[in-house]
Formats: sequence, structure tokens, C-alpha cells
Amino acid sequence: MPSLSFALRNLYRDLKSGELAVLVAALLVAVAALTAVGFFTSRIGLAVEREAGEVLAADLRLQSARVISDDYADEAARRGLRVARLESMPSVVFAGEESSLIALRAVGEGYPLRGRLKTADVPFGPATVTDAIPGPGEAWADSRLLAKLGATVGSTLTVGAHAVRVTRVLDYRPDQGGGFADLSATLMINRADLPATQLVQPGSRVSRAMLFAGDPAAIDAFRDWLEPRKQRGERVQSIADASPQIRASADRAGRFLSLASLVSVLLSAIAVAMAAQRYARRHLDTVALMKCMGAPQRFVLAQTLLQLVVIALVTSVIGTAIGYFAQTGIAWLLRDLLRSDLPPPSPDTFVLGIVTAVVVLVGFALPPLLRLKRVPPGRVLRRDLEPPPLRYVVVYGLAIGAVGALLYWIVRDSKLVGYVAGGLGATFLLLAAAGWLLVRALAPMRSGVGVAWRYGLANISRRGRDSIVQIVAFGLGFMVLLLLALVRDDLLRDWQRSLPADAPNYFMINIRPDEGAGVQQFFRQAGLPSTELVPMLRARLTAINDTPVEKITFEGDRANEFVEREANLSWAAELAEGNKVTSGQWWPADPAQLAGREPQISVEIEYAERLGLQLGDTLSYDIAGETIKGRITSLREVRWDTFKPNFFVVFSPGVLEGATGTLITSVHVEPQQRTALVDLVRKYPEVTIIDIAALLAQVRDVMNKASLAVQYVFLFTLAAGVMVLLAAVQASREERRYESAMLRTLGASRGVVFKGVAAEFIVLGALAGLLAAAGATAVGYVLATRVFDLQYTANPWVWILGIGGGAILVGLAGILAARSVVSHPPMQALRAGN
Amino acid sequence: MRMDEDTTVVLAAEGLGKQVSSPEGTLAILADVTLSIHRGETVAIIGASGAGKSTLLALLAGLDEPTAGRALLAGNDLTQLDEDGRAAVRAGHVGFVFQSFHLVPSLTALENVMLPLELAGRRDARDAAKEVLAGVGLAARVGHYPRQLSGGEQQRVAIARAFVGRPDVLFADEPTGNLDAATGEKIIELLFGLNQATRTTLVLVTHDRQLAERCDRVIRLEAGRVVAR
Repeated sequence: MPSLSFALRNLYRDLKSGELAVLVAALLVAVAALTAVGFFTSRIGLAVEREAGEVLAADLRLQSARVISDDYADEAARRGLRVARLESMPSVVFAGEESSLIALRAVGEGYPLRGRLKTADVPFGPATVTDAIPGPGEAWADSRLLAKLGATVGSTLTVGAHAVRVTRVLDYRPDQGGGFADLSATLMINRADLPATQLVQPGSRVSRAMLFAGDPAAIDAFRDWLEPRKQRGERVQSIADASPQIRASADRAGRFLSLASLVSVLLSAIAVAMAAQRYARRHLDTVALMKCMGAPQRFVLAQTLLQLVVIALVTSVIGTAIGYFAQTGIAWLLRDLLRSDLPPPSPDTFVLGIVTAVVVLVGFALPPLLRLKRVPPGRVLRRDLEPPPLRYVVVYGLAIGAVGALLYWIVRDSKLVGYVAGGLGATFLLLAAAGWLLVRALAPMRSGVGVAWRYGLANISRRGRDSIVQIVAFGLGFMVLLLLALVRDDLLRDWQRSLPADAPNYFMINIRPDEGAGVQQFFRQAGLPSTELVPMLRARLTAINDTPVEKITFEGDRANEFVEREANLSWAAELAEGNKVTSGQWWPADPAQLAGREPQISVEIEYAERLGLQLGDTLSYDIAGETIKGRITSLREVRWDTFKPNFFVVFSPGVLEGATGTLITSVHVEPQQRTALVDLVRKYPEVTIIDIAALLAQVRDVMNKASLAVQYVFLFTLAAGVMVLLAAVQASREERRYESAMLRTLGASRGVVFKGVAAEFIVLGALAGLLAAAGATAVGYVLATRVFDLQYTANPWVWILGIGGGAILVGLAGILAARSVVSHPPMQALRAGN
Repeated sequence: MRMDEDTTVVLAAEGLGKQVSSPEGTLAILADVTLSIHRGETVAIIGASGAGKSTLLALLAGLDEPTAGRALLAGNDLTQLDEDGRAAVRAGHVGFVFQSFHLVPSLTALENVMLPLELAGRRDARDAAKEVLAGVGLAARVGHYPRQLSGGEQQRVAIARAFVGRPDVLFADEPTGNLDAATGEKIIELLFGLNQATRTTLVLVTHDRQLAERCDRVIRLEAGRVVAR
């Protein structure tokens, strides 16, 4: 086929002569930036997921009160998955005279499959990670258990009918998680010892778990196999069902990184569009010539498409390779900061390269190149003959479609895409309008400046439309760069605000109401921060709108979990910190206004969504045999990552006070104050202390990783922005050469021409920066307040950096271009024509 | 007409006209042009600027569509063909030389000459192009880009490119317009020499009276009409 070989030869020639250099380079940067981001975010994302998976100590966890069939383990092993088992149950442990209620965990070989155990030599001592589990006859006890029992490492404890020796202090286990149900003091023993304890008897409250871990695809396939086979009472949990705290942080991190990669897409696409337009413009004559020599339209079209396909293939392969190596380089640079080895990127990231290249080419390079097909052959005789312009719907439709599709593919969050696209689209129009005004406003200034500046300003005005396009392109580029810096700072500030250094690191539950005052006094005496004790009681949801829950079909494991598990209820007169009513109304603070009315309930929004609850629905709870019914009068959004006591279901005051409940609180304890906790446990033995420092550290770690990844992404975005500048400068180079030659022929010195070009770009850059700062401030405000729920504070540096940075960056790029323009021999430029 | 002239009509116009819309109303650039040109003939189209010379050339070569009459090229009625059909006729029968050379700046001299053969799918494009370039005295400059060649050399490359496909008709639009007199003379010698050697029909638009007089026939245009032939 002549067109294929001809297209390839032509492409080779264009590449060799540098005709396609800017387009290919821009596309290469686009693909490299996006795949590097993709690879890195994929790895970070998998790391976050894996750590979220630590909450399960597995990728998939099957939980049941009954014995779990070995068939599952056999099937999982057959599929190459790792399997571990554990049993847990409430029990009592004795150390001489002392005894304590414990959560006994009998763990088998391989536990935990995800995350690692941490142990210490002495109670509350520094902990180190271990891959071991207690051996037969051994036990690992947590610090507060040992404190309560007056035991230490080396002590012998009796569990049921079996004696075990404490060999380590258990500091952290991955699946201690955020669920409060089994968070009493832990004693971990080897599964092999379980029969000897004789604790597993008919009627004993044993919870059995089978853990699975392995390749994500194999896990998914295994889950599909498992779901239809699981027995009644068997519950399957995956990473997606991880605790709300971890999920809130991971979601925010993922959204944040997606926003950064989204900026790279736009900048690269702009650069590619500009390069393609220049390429098309420079090829009008060649295509007219080819048509003059007999090339039919379909040949021109086929040749264009073939070249695009080859460019897409080559750039995606090379760009993906660059992207891959770029991210491994960054991962290597950050190796000391990343706590764990990052997992390899998921395979679908490799598709990102070719998808990016194709989408960006189709959306941004194809429209200008399509015009080539319709170049009139008569252009060889009359150079003013142009191909008819493409219909706007084609040009903008393709570009918007491409950006939209790519953004959605990357972000998978239509709300975020909507906000950003809307903000950018509006800003694009605003920038264009404002650019037009500024270009017009420049014209009268020409009379008041010297010859070089007059030349520069004249150029901006004379190439009015081009100037506006450049201001918009630069402005959009700077805007997204500023936006990223702005939103990043705001988000980091928000994170720091929401998780201050004194964020609670201990939960204390099971505080008897009559001991509440004593516990608070103990806090004061120990120098711990004063804290509010929140009432809590356990209840089971029995009916929704008087329909028993057994008769309602709920969708999803999480909903079933909510229904099956005992819920923690609370009551409050006022809305707790970190809670926001999204619909309905919080009840009046005055108890008199509540007296005699039916109980009111405020429900957390996710809980409501999962269970399909709406305002006005009634919920019935069984609390120690008594049914209490209330009506939902408000839905709340809860910030779980405040680590304050929060509840899915909160009742209005005056309803639950009579029921037997406990108090819960969270408190920040400095490392040197940790020994006070030993005293607390000794004084109030039934108070259960949950050490969430490890969980908090995990969340912090995720945030640190996200922040580093974002700074890295920011560098790539900057590179993409520079490509836009180069493409823009390149686009007007020929015209400038001709002008420079003309001026020099008329007697202008090289310095004057040089200064004129520099002045033009400095002014263009400053204008673009001015508009960018305005746009970024506006979009930042919308993003911050509507998407990320931040308090927005305007940042003056956006204006300083926008205008100054724009003038310097565009000015420098202009000067670089000016060097070659000015040094170009005038005769050659004049002979080549404009 | 020379005695050895072939009487086959290779190019003809019948009542050919071209009107364009302008702010002042309809403007006739060319009106009622009827002519026929035989194989191997050399014809000059002369006239003042704006007389319609380039328009006539464009219509005869099928680069533009007339608003009246018809043009026939190698037996094909160009007015009955769409753009691709006209392109196919040009591919098989026509070569061009332009005032501003119209070489592709990104291609070497050799690659420029190969272009029409490659478009026609010829596998021997490189060898044929080299041979023709040698014929115009540029064997040593095949690897040079247009910007590295003088104006005369560029036009010689353009002539080589026009002749490499052995066209029936060669259209030349002011072929010496951008060249000094001495170089222009050499180019004319080359053009006519190749015309005789290949028996190609030569239709050239020129201001140059001397050049026109070397042709078998001169067609003079004034205000879009043929006033002498």
C-alpha cells in the first residue's frame, strides 16, 4: 500500500527535519508525565490500599461464629492465595490472684497476612516489628493487660485450663482496627494451644476468621467463588470495607493526586494542540503541492491518520518507558521516606500511556490536521487560499470529549471532574474575554514607550487573536499550576488542622457512669488534657418504619454488617465537633422543648445511605430487651479522622438515659505520660484503653506519602507547563524571523529587536499571570469550599507569583526564542518569505 | 506550428470563465476562453497583472473549478470530475514549475523530486529521481535541503520534480520570476531542452516577452479575455 510506506517515509522525514519535534516532544511529556503520575499514584494507591488492608490483616477476611470449612482454605491455596486462621473469644486470664477480662486471640501460621505485628520487651516500651507469632506454650500480652495483672514478661498466665508464659509484650496488631467490639485487652496465643485451654465449648462465644491474601485479581476471583458458597452467618470483608478512618484519609489522598494528574493532562493537551496547529499551518503548502501532483483527499487523510497512529504508538511506548523510569527514580529518591516498599503498579497503568497518546492526539492534534485534507490545490498559485475552517462543534467537541473522557477515566469522580472542568471552562471564556480587553487596552500605551517596547506592544496588538490565544493558554497553564499549589497548601493546612499534633491517641471505653467524675479527676491529676465523656450503649436495630429488619433486603456487606452487628448508640444535646447536619434539623438545645415529644434520631449520612434511610423514617432498637423507637430528624456528615468519639446513630436527650450504658472518651497522651495509663488501669480495672497511636501513625504515614507524591507530580506538571510555553513560542517563530529580518533591514540594531521580542513576551506573560491569579483564586475558592470542605483563605502569593512568574517565565522563553530569531540571517528570512 | 508537431489535442478550453463574488458585486476574472493546445506544443500565456493568467492556468490544470464552460486535459473533462478525480488526472498527466519553486523545505532535493513518484506508488522513485537530478546538473546536491540551495538550483530541483513523472503537460507559472536574468536564461534553456527531449507540452505563464517569443504560440489576455493567440 503506497500510502502506508509513503506516510512512514514522510513521517520519518518530518521527524528528521524537526518538523514534528515540538508535537512529539509535547506528547512525549504528556505521556511521560501522566504515566509517571499514573505509575506512582498506582503504587501509592496500592500501598494505601494494602495498609487499609492491614485493618483486616488480610486482603479478604471470612468471619463466622461457626467452624469454617477447610474447603475454602483448600480452594484458596489452589488459587495461589495465602491463607491463615485465627479464633478469638472473650475470656478471663489469671495471674496468681489477679484476673482480667480479655480478648483471647489464637493465631495460626502466617498471621497476619497483611501488616506486621509489633512487640516490645517491656510493657509500654519501644516496639519493633516482627514476623513471628507466639510459639506453643507462649503468650503475648498487651501492656495494659500486664499492668492490670501486675505481670510482666516471663510471668505465667492461666487461660482456661492451660498455662502459658508471657514472652513478649504485644504493642500492635494490624486488625485491631477502629471497630470497638473486640478491643478489650488482648492476649495472643498460638492456635495449637487452643484445644488445651478447653475454652471452645458448645455455646462459647468464639469468633472464627479465615484470612486470605494474594494477587488482587486472584482475590477478586476467589471472592466471586466464595460469595455464593458461603454459609449463613459467614461474613466476607474486603479492603473496600475497611474502617471509615482509613478510608477517609485514603479517599482524600487519591482525590488529591488525581487532581494533580488532571492538571498535567490539560497542560500537555494544550501544548499538543498548539504544536499540531503549527504543524498543520506549515504543511498547508506541502499538502497543496501534493494535491497538485495528484494526491487525492483520502490519501491526505489516510496519511495524516497513519502518521498520528505511528506517533501515538511510538510516543506511548517511549513516553510510558520514560514515565516508568521517572517514577522509579523518584521512588528511589524517596526510599528513606517511604516506610514500606511500594508495590509494583497495577497492570492497567500501562494502558494509560497509549490511551493518553491516542486521546490527546484525537482531541487536540486531529482537528487542525483534519483541515489539511481540504486544502485547495490552487494554493500553489494563490497562497491566500485556505482550507475551509472546521466546524466549531468538531473542534471543540473532540477536545472537550477527549478531556472529559480522559479526566473521568483518571479521576473516576464525576463531581470533581465537573467542578474542575466547569471552573476551567468558565475561566477559559473569562480569560479570553479579559485577554481581549487587555490587548485592546495596550494599543494606546504604545505612544508612551520607547521603540523596542513599542515594537513589542505593537506585536501583541497586531497579532490580536494570537495574543489572546497565548494569554489564554499561558493563563490557563499558570492558573492550573497556581491552583495546584493553592489547593495543595489549603489541603495540607486542612489536614494539619484536622489532625493536629495533639490529636487524641487513646480511646477509653467501658467507663462506668458513676466513675466518670473520678476518671476526669484522674486525668486532671495526671496532667492529661481535660476531656468530655460521651455516653454510649449497645443496641440492636430491630425495625425500620416498623418493618422488622429480617424482612428487609439490604444491598452490600456493609449494610448487612450494620444490621447484624450491635450498634453503638449515644445521645447528645448539641451537635458534636466534626459533625455537620446535611439535611433535616438538629433538635433544640432546650430540654423543655423535647419533653413529651417522640424520640428524635440523627443518623450519619453513610449509615443512612447504606441502609436506605431517609428523614422521617423510624428506627427501632432493642436495648437490653426493651424496644426504643425514634424518628430520623437529621442526617449528619461525620469527620471520622478527628478521632473524637463519634456515632452513626445519636438520640435526642431524655430517651436513653435510663438504659445501662457506659462512657467513652478520647484523649491525647504524650509518650512520657504513658505510664499514667498503667495507673489508670490499676485504679479503674474495667476501663478499656484503646491505643490508637499506631492507627494514627498509619493515617499520618498515608498523608505523608500523598504529600510527597503530590510534590513529585507538581514537578511533572511544571514540565508540561514549560512545554506549553515552548509550543507557543515555537508557533510564532517563522513570523518573528521575518519581522526581525525586516526590522534589521530597515536599520534596527539586534538589541532593539531583541528587547522588542522580550518586551512582548514579558507583557504577555504578566497579562497571562494576572488573569491566571484571578482564575486560580476563583476556582480554588470553589474547590476548597464545595469539594474539599475547607475554610478558604485567599493567598496573596498567588498574585505575586502569577504576575511575576508569568512575566519571568514567558519573558525567558521569549528571549530564548528571540536569540535564534535575531541571529537568523535576515536575507535568508526574507527569501523564505513570511 | 512545427512540421513534426503532433496534432493530438492534449489541452482544451471551451467557453471557459470564472466569476467571483466581491463586495462590489460579481467580478469576472476570466470570460469565454476557448483554445486548444496540441501534444508537444509550447504555449506562453501573457498579460498584465490581474489579466487572469494564473486563473487560466489553474483552470486548465484542474486546480480550480470554472463557473462557465469546460476544460479538457488529456481527453478528460475536468468540469465533470470532483477534486479527487481531477487529482487523478493531474497525477497521470501533469507537471508543475512555480515562480517561488514550492519545494518542501523539510525534504532534501532528492526527496522533493521523489515526491510525485512516491505519490504514484512508484518503487523506483529514488533511482528515477537521482537520474533526473543528474540530468539537471544537480547530482552532487541530492542530499541538500532547499535552504542550502541557490534560487537557480532550487528551480532546477523543481524542474526535475516536474519532469520526473514524464508528464504530458508541464505548466510553468513565471518560472524565471524569482531569478536574475542570467540564471533565468539557464533555467529557460533547461526547460525547453527537456521539453524537446521528452516531447512534453509546455504551457507557461510569463511577463517575460523574450521568453514568450521562444514559444510556438502566445496567448495574450486582457481583463480576463483572450485578445491575441
